[in-house]
Amino acid sequence: MSVTYLEAIRAAQARALADDPRVFIYGQDVGAFGGAFKATKNLANEFPGRVIDSPISEDAMAGLAVGAAIEGMRPIIEMQFADFSTVAFNQIINQAATLFWRTNVPCPVTIRLPCGGTSGSGPFHSQTMEAIYAHYPGLVVLTPATVEDAYSMLLEAVAIDDPVIFCEHKLLYYHLKADALPKEALPVGKARIAREGRDMTIVTYSAMVHGALAVADELKAEGWEIEVVDLRSVKPLDTDTVMASVARTGRLLAVGESFPWGGVTAEVLARVASEGFGLLDVPPQRLNAKDTPVPYHPNLWAAHRPTDRSIAAAARKLLRQ
Amino acid sequence: MVETVLQPGPVGDVSSWRDAYCKAFRLMLLARVLDDKFASLYRAAKIHGGVFLGRGQEALSVAAGLALREGDIFAPLIRDQAGRLAFGEPILDAVRSYLGSALGPTHGRDGNIHRGRPREGLLAMISHLGAMISVVNGALFARRMKGIAGTVGAACIGDGGTSTGAFHEALNQAAVEKLPLVVIVADNQYAYSTPTARQFACGSLIDRAAGYGIQGHALDGTDLSACLKVVGGAVARARAGHGPQMVVARLLRLCGHGEHDDAGYVDAKLKNSLIGRDCLKVCEEYLLQQGWADAATLAGWRGEAVQKTEEAVAQVQREPTPDPFAENWSALASKHLVEVYEPPDPGPAGI
Repeated sequence: MSVTYLEAIRAAQARALADDPRVFIYGQDVGAFGGAFKATKNLANEFPGRVIDSPISEDAMAGLAVGAAIEGMRPIIEMQFADFSTVAFNQIINQAATLFWRTNVPCPVTIRLPCGGTSGSGPFHSQTMEAIYAHYPGLVVLTPATVEDAYSMLLEAVAIDDPVIFCEHKLLYYHLKADALPKEALPVGKARIAREGRDMTIVTYSAMVHGALAVADELKAEGWEIEVVDLRSVKPLDTDTVMASVARTGRLLAVGESFPWGGVTAEVLARVASEGFGLLDVPPQRLNAKDTPVPYHPNLWAAHRPTDRSIAAAARKLLRQ
Repeated sequence: MVETVLQPGPVGDVSSWRDAYCKAFRLMLLARVLDDKFASLYRAAKIHGGVFLGRGQEALSVAAGLALREGDIFAPLIRDQAGRLAFGEPILDAVRSYLGSALGPTHGRDGNIHRGRPREGLLAMISHLGAMISVVNGALFARRMKGIAGTVGAACIGDGGTSTGAFHEALNQAAVEKLPLVVIVADNQYAYSTPTARQFACGSLIDRAAGYGIQGHALDGTDLSACLKVVGGAVARARAGHGPQMVVARLLRLCGHGEHDDAGYVDAKLKNSLIGRDCLKVCEEYLLQQGWADAATLAGWRGEAVQKTEEAVAQVQREPTPDPFAENWSALASKHLVEVYEPPDPGPAGI
C-alpha cells in the first residue's frame, strides 16, 4: 500500500473538510469532476455543498475566499495551474495579504498552486510562483517536496491564520510515493536535513530536492558527502538550519526551478553571505532555470530547468575550489 | 452597528416617510459638513495623503447605508461618507483615519477612506476598483454555508470601476451563485478626468445587468426620494431571494477626483444639467416645499452637524500619532511565522 504526492494532497483536503466545518474548497472543475489533476476526486460527493465549482474567474475566486475568511471560514482555493494565479494576483497580494495588517482581522485562506514544469506543457502551464509571492508581506509560502510534507503541510496551511500559498509540484503528483501518510511532522517554518554530509550544502526545495538527492548519491561514488537541506517553506525561510549546515560544510549551492533574477536561491545566498560570510570556504553559488519563459519541447524543457547533470556539474565545480 | 433600521419604499404612512427622509437628509448633511472639514484640513496641510469627497453623491450613498441593517455587509468606496455614517460607522473612524491617529481603525497603517470594521460587516476597501465586490460575495457565500439567511451585501462603485475585470468577474460570480448582492453604481460622469464616453460604449451601464442575468434599476441620483425607494427596493429584492441587483444612478461628481484636483475638465453643460444639481440643495428645497422643515430647522440641523464634526476633530487632534518604535512591523497574524529582518547586532565595537 502506497500513497502518492497527489493522493496525499487529496487526503489532506478530505481530512481538513472532515475535521473542520469552516473548510470548503472552491475552484475550477473541483466539484463532480474532481479537479484537472484529480486532487479533489470524490470530495464533492463526500462533502456535499463544500467542494464547489467556480467560474473561470481567478480574481473573483480569491476575492470570495477573503470575504469568506472574514466571516470565519477557512477556504481552500485551487488554482487550476499556478500560472493562472497571476489573474488573482491583485486579490492575493493587495487584499488577502494586507487584510490582517490593515484591520487586525486574520485571513486564513489557503491557495493551492499546481506548480512547475512537465514536458510538453509550455510557458503558461509550467511556472513556479513561490518567489513572486514570497516577496510580499503578509503571505506564507510553502513548497513541499515529499508526500509526507504535502499532507502535513497542507493540513497546517489550512490551520494557519494567514493566507498561505501552497506550491505543489506537478512533477511529483503521480510518481512520488510514500508507504503511508505521516503521523507526525516538522512544523511549518522548519527546514529539513534531507541528507547529511560534510563537504557541501545544497539548499533547495520542492521537486529540486529529489534532483539534489540524486546528485548527492552520484557524488558519493566520487568520495564527496553532500548535505541536502529541504527548505519546505520558503517564507518563512529557516535561515538557522541553512546557516548551521553551511557551518558544517563551508560550501553552499542553492538550487531552484524558478527564473534566475532574484528569488529563493538569491535570498538564501544573501542571508548566508551577510550573516555567515566567515563560514564559507569558497564563494556560494546558485543554480536556477534559464531566463526565458518555460519552453514546450521536451529537448528544450529539460535544458531549461536545473537537471541532475547541471546540479552535479555545479556541485563538482564548487567542490574543486 | 446600525442605529435603527429604515424601511423606505411605498409606505402609506406619510409621517414615517417624512421621518425617513429627514433622517437621511441629516446624515447627508453630516457627511457633507465632515467632507468640507476634511477639505479645509487638507488645504491647511493638516492631512497627510489624499482627501476624497462624496460631494454630489450623498443621496445615493446614504440610501445604500440606510437600506442595510445590522448583520448585513457593506463595501463602501471613496465617495461614501454618507453611506458609512448611515450604516453606523462612528464619525471618529473617519476623523482618526484622515488625521492619522494611532487610535484609528488601522492605527495609522492606512489612511483616509481605507478603513473599515470587517467584523461588523463594514469592509475596508483597497484601491483597486472592483476588487471589493467578490469579497462581499465571499461574505455572503459564507453566511449561506453557515445557514444564516436574510443577509444582504452591498458594494458601491463608480462608472470607471465598472470597466475592470474584477467588476465583471464578481458580478458574474454573484449571478452564478444567486447571491443577495446589490451593486450600487454611481455613474458620476468622470473617472478621475476620463468622461464616460471614454469609459464604456453601451447606452447605459444598466444595460449590463441583463448580460449578467441580474435585475437592473436606473435612477436619478440627485433625488433622495428616488434613491431611498430604488436602493431600498433593490436591497429588499435581494433579501427576498431574487438574486443580485444592480443599481445605476446618474449624477455628477461635484468635486475633483481628490482635493488635489480642481476638476477643470468637467463639462459646463453637465454642471448646468439636471444631474448637475446638488442633491443636498434638492433635499432642502423639498423639505421646505413639503413643510417638513423651515429655514431655522435647516440651520439648526447644520449647526448640529458642524458641532459633531468640530468635536470629533478637536478630540482626535489631541490623540497620539503612530509611534514607529511601538509598531510591531509584522503583517502576519501567526506570530510564530514572522521573520525578523533586522541586521545582526554589530557588537560594541560596531564592526
